Amino acid sequence: MDDLRAAAASAEDARILDALRAGDEKAFLALVQSLNGPMLRVASLYVSSRGVAEEAVQEAWVGVLSGLPRFEGRSSLRRWIFGILANCAKSRGVREARSTPFSDMGPRDDEDEPAVDPSRFLPPDHPRWPGHWSAPPTAWAEEQVLNKESLAVVEAAIAQLPMNQREVITLRDVLGWNSAEVCESLGLSEGNQRVLLHRARSKVRGVLEKHFGAGGGR
Amino acid sequence: MTRRVPEELTCAEMVRLVTDFLEDALSLEDRTHFEQHLVFCKGCAAYVRQMRKTIEASSALKGEGLSAEAQAELLRLFKGTCK
Repeated sequence: MDDLRAAAASAEDARILDALRAGDEKAFLALVQSLNGPMLRVASLYVSSRGVAEEAVQEAWVGVLSGLPRFEGRSSLRRWIFGILANCAKSRGVREARSTPFSDMGPRDDEDEPAVDPSRFLPPDHPRWPGHWSAPPTAWAEEQVLNKESLAVVEAAIAQLPMNQREVITLRDVLGWNSAEVCESLGLSEGNQRVLLHRARSKVRGVLEKHFGAGGGR
Repeated sequence: MTRRVPEELTCAEMVRLVTDFLEDALSLEDRTHFEQHLVFCKGCAAYVRQMRKTIEASSALKGEGLSAEAQAELLRLFKGTCK
């Protein structure tokens, strides 16, 4: 199944590459339009302002265009483009960090923070239900989860995450990459990626829960 | 990293394992215990649903794209490169 999908993807890549190499403007614009939202989001992981993120995306496209004749298609077109982008954005991020007294890359990874406040569980020495909920979550009014206000809460919660968690949840959940793609592009093991994803998702859920009212829905 | 999951999972353990469950990274045995717990525990069932909804919300985030001028600039660049 994955092989089939990969084969289909590389056939699609080949079609796009042929069109780009032939100077097909429509194909180029279509590619730019399909990737530029995700690219801006990825660039924003590493730099502090929208303007600098845009510059990084522009610079990445310049790199893509100049590298196009030499691109051999060993990785997918998308992965290649995002690789170039990450390099552009990271080096801009480093320059920014040097020129500002305080690095604004968010909090450090906080390995010990529990996914859910331990006080919401009965203690381990509880005679009947050790480790079970004392304050269980209650169902959310689910139609509210996707409204504008809640999405803004999610966006802000992700922005507050430590860098490595923010990278993983952005690529996996926001952009919808699969775990193999994320592991490869961030240089993580599957297990490590899952740990970071777990912390990130748990925190975002916690923020949403607070948003909907302590203890759950209304 | 192998994790021994006892016969019956506590809710605290369910919360720790939820991502492994959603990512299909539990052994068949652990998965069975996880699913059995979900059947009788309303709190954990709600928790797992909330995690799924959280993921759905992340995937619904929209990003702005490049400005029209920036796109026009790229197109000029493309035309220049392909000469």
